[in-house]
Amino acid sequence: MTVTAIGAAVRRKEDHRFITGKGQYTDDINRPGQTHAYFLRSPHAHANLKKIDLSKAKAMPGVVAIYTGDDVAADKIGGLICGWMIHSKDGTPMRAGPHPILAQGKVRYVGDHVAVVIAETLSQAKDAAEAIVVDYDVLPAVVEAGKAQAKGAPQVHTEAPANTVYDWHIGDKAATEAAFKAAKHVTKLDIVNNRLVPNAMEPRAAIGEYDAGNDALTLHTTSQNPHVARLVLSAFIGIAPEHKLRVIAPDVGGGFGSKIFIYAEETVCVWAARKCGRPVKWTADRTEEFLCVAHGRDHVTRAELAIDADGKITGLRAKTIANMGAYLSTFASSVPTYLYATLLSGQYAIPNIYCEVDAVYTNTAPVDAYRGAGRPEATFVVERLVETAAREIGMDPAAFRRRNFITKFPHQTPVIMTYDCGDYKASLTKAMEMADVKGFGKRRREAARRGKLRGLGYSTYIEACGIAPSQAVGSLGAGVGLWESAEVRVNPVGTVEILTGSHSHGQGHETTFAQLVSSRLGISIDNVSIVHGDTDKVQFGMGTYGSRSGAVGMSAISKALDKIEAKAKKVAAHVLEAAEADIDFKDGKFTVKGTDKAVDFGTVALNAYIAHKFNPQELEPGLKEGSFYDPTNFTFPAGCHICEIEVDQETGVARIVKWTAVDDFGNVINPMIVEGQVHGGIAQGVGQALLEGTVYTADGQLVTASYMDYAMPRAHDLPSFEVGMTVTPCPSNPLGIKGCGEAGAIAAPAAVINALTDALGTEDVPMPATPLALWSIIAKQSKAAIAAE
Amino acid sequence: MYPFKYQKAATVRGAVSLLKKAEEPKLLAGGHTLLPTMKQRLASPKTLIDLSAAGLSGIEQKGRSIVIGAMTTHAEVANSPVVQQAIPALAKLAGHIGDPQVRHRGTIGGSVANNDPAADYPAALMALGAVVHTSKRKIPAEEFFAGMFSTALDEDEIITKVAFPIPSKAAYVKFPNPASRYAIVGVFVAKKGSNVRVAVTGAGSNGVFRHEAMEQALAKRFNPKSLEGIATPAADMNGDIHASADYRAHLVGVIARRAVAAATA
Repeated sequence: MTVTAIGAAVRRKEDHRFITGKGQYTDDINRPGQTHAYFLRSPHAHANLKKIDLSKAKAMPGVVAIYTGDDVAADKIGGLICGWMIHSKDGTPMRAGPHPILAQGKVRYVGDHVAVVIAETLSQAKDAAEAIVVDYDVLPAVVEAGKAQAKGAPQVHTEAPANTVYDWHIGDKAATEAAFKAAKHVTKLDIVNNRLVPNAMEPRAAIGEYDAGNDALTLHTTSQNPHVARLVLSAFIGIAPEHKLRVIAPDVGGGFGSKIFIYAEETVCVWAARKCGRPVKWTADRTEEFLCVAHGRDHVTRAELAIDADGKITGLRAKTIANMGAYLSTFASSVPTYLYATLLSGQYAIPNIYCEVDAVYTNTAPVDAYRGAGRPEATFVVERLVETAAREIGMDPAAFRRRNFITKFPHQTPVIMTYDCGDYKASLTKAMEMADVKGFGKRRREAARRGKLRGLGYSTYIEACGIAPSQAVGSLGAGVGLWESAEVRVNPVGTVEILTGSHSHGQGHETTFAQLVSSRLGISIDNVSIVHGDTDKVQFGMGTYGSRSGAVGMSAISKALDKIEAKAKKVAAHVLEAAEADIDFKDGKFTVKGTDKAVDFGTVALNAYIAHKFNPQELEPGLKEGSFYDPTNFTFPAGCHICEIEVDQETGVARIVKWTAVDDFGNVINPMIVEGQVHGGIAQGVGQALLEGTVYTADGQLVTASYMDYAMPRAHDLPSFEVGMTVTPCPSNPLGIKGCGEAGAIAAPAAVINALTDALGTEDVPMPATPLALWSIIAKQSKAAIAAE
Repeated sequence: MYPFKYQKAATVRGAVSLLKKAEEPKLLAGGHTLLPTMKQRLASPKTLIDLSAAGLSGIEQKGRSIVIGAMTTHAEVANSPVVQQAIPALAKLAGHIGDPQVRHRGTIGGSVANNDPAADYPAALMALGAVVHTSKRKIPAEEFFAGMFSTALDEDEIITKVAFPIPSKAAYVKFPNPASRYAIVGVFVAKKGSNVRVAVTGAGSNGVFRHEAMEQALAKRFNPKSLEGIATPAADMNGDIHASADYRAHLVGVIARRAVAAATA
């Protein structure tokens, strides 16, 4: 048997299936008697629904059923929930308006679900939807976070006066104010963290199905966490009890957070399947995804940094307004609070931090977690402040960072987090060497001769991953625990099935998880299969997001493997006729200490099942163990990214010419997969910084509703990345893993903007820094220069 | 997409006859504008007349012109040794339209007939002084393009080929939209003897146009420096979230200089 060790850059097992077109995605699945759902969506951002006339539509060919919010209310189907309670400063709970799966009385954003048409074909469903007559009483809309709380602004939900869901804060306000009063220098920045549209390659899809014989429902859906979907659909929305509802998330083509949430569409499909007695299938087209998938980011922040005479940071304060969109999505409330403000210490020993966050409703698509979720926003605030402060006080940005780095661990920040380990100087030093920072001055002069403005920017980021200790998140308002489960089933021939509550939608679990088993049991990764994404197969699990599948999901597997090993030793002792205490297990072989007696893992597995060699009163037959693993802390991946960029003075086009990433993810299982995650993350971060702008008109129409106007990063927009690593093993889980899925997206935007501000000599560079935005800055500067002469 | 009738024409004459008879017909060339519009239910022709078998593909040199059949794909133009030899700027232009899938379906006739204000080919036709051959007549490029999405074609008229006189120098430079990769500004410059033409696509509020001030300056001296100080009025430019009218007006100058530099390199 060939063992594939932890640390081997082995190719992904699952890729053969994907690249030969043999993947099974939700849209690939068809059920007998299947119907097609089409959602009639609101063309208005804000309107009262006066009347919906279905008479003509219901008579159209092929129509099976048409449902509206009235049908949902009549069936007592609950609304979508937000699973994380946040309290305002005065201790009152957040003010959330209802979130019905089909609009009831009012629509609140363009794309809001007015009715569902179920027909024999999708074309027939669309035809019938066109025949529905809706009488809208159009209301004024509010779109921008910064305008939502203004006097006289349109009210999105009556439950939330001034459109304010909560006004929350964290940290010691008085101590932070004192630090600012005593500061030698204060750096101030106004920051807009631009709204992004997640663009998973596979759009969302669902098939709801009802088995009348067993009165049971099955939902195939594009989910990152099918068990949580089942829990919410069952316990909160009232679709069916959990044992009567099976949720399957088959192959899923990317999520980036957007498939964590429980949406109206899949809920309608599974509810309607029982109601109309036929399987109901829905697949979003790309425009529906742009309009209705949960968007990301959208913060407006005033941030300040206090610095003393020695160049030490003494305080940070920030006031953020976070745009929640028209409804609170599943985890929306946690993103601009506990996933954001708790990271405002960055990699720095900052003694005083105070942050206020107002979450506001607007007439836009709901906003929730998107790759990084709060941590890219925090990193952007901290790293923009630090870079700007260093420039303002005339210190080298790297030296300023070094002076303020945390160097002793564990480190308690003023904003909840206890960093367990790290070596921030090591990653900065290595990145600076790889990026040849010393030679930058020469490269900048050479670029100037070609009419290019060259800049260099750092981002020394930190993130809290491996979400998370259940007790800790529970105390902060989470509605669920964030442990993970695993089951290891050893078959009689010694092959192994791993059942995991994690879900792979691009991360490569089928390979990395198999590597762990291979190295622990001494069997080939080809003899390990990973089972996930089906609530009828896996007992329970919390799913994949927040870079948690390695640190939490694999730790659960590791714990279950401990139990397998212990039981297998007992079996081996019987097979080898030795005392259990004398059995050693190494490289897939059980041996008896001090003898040459040995038996391999497969033989032990077989003996566990045939049970000829032991008394079932002493030892149960079989070899199957499970574990629920709850971590002791978050993990804290950190690192240093350096971006070098050139701006064409004539056109404003920015081109990244060099990218260096040095990350500390703790122990790494498969360096190739990890590097791929870093590449993808950087691409998304560069997308946010240079390309991806979500534009709504003042009356709430989404201008960037297709790839004609929403600019996704392409290979052409990216340089070849230089990726390095430093390692401080994580002490908070048995494998020493920190997680790598979000790092690139968290680090990259600040690195890009710090490079651009360096190149242009102004701190006022917006995201996305499009050619138009950069040219406008350059044109303004040259006008000012001419005026000064 | 709404239901429609599909018909395949074997000849141009047959296609014209179908076009005259059929109910609410549309000609189908590469379909890369028409089909997405139909899928979004923004267009609903009752009949599609497929021109793929009407014998309209092919590239040949005829005297001092390159003649390209209307159904010739962008990829065929880009990869044609004849075009690459005679008008390399045209081959390069075709090689940068859309993506490989678009280039293997999209056709020169379809692009020209659609006259999208951000399409690349109209700039080439205008700058090279091309002549559009149809089922009825021959139309010089500047009479053919009639403002955005509008041409001189009659309802029952079909483009059969486009003839490009071979220039002595030519180049096309495109400043792409970061999202769609269509031209925000595309400038085609061509010199033939003492005659210089500068055609701009993507930028103008009424589609492709010739930049006469630039043409005059370049006719005196065909050099990027000749264009310095020539302003393009922003009032005539398009503006959108990607590029304001001012920015487009500025880019016309920058991209035109780069095109002249490329043509003289």
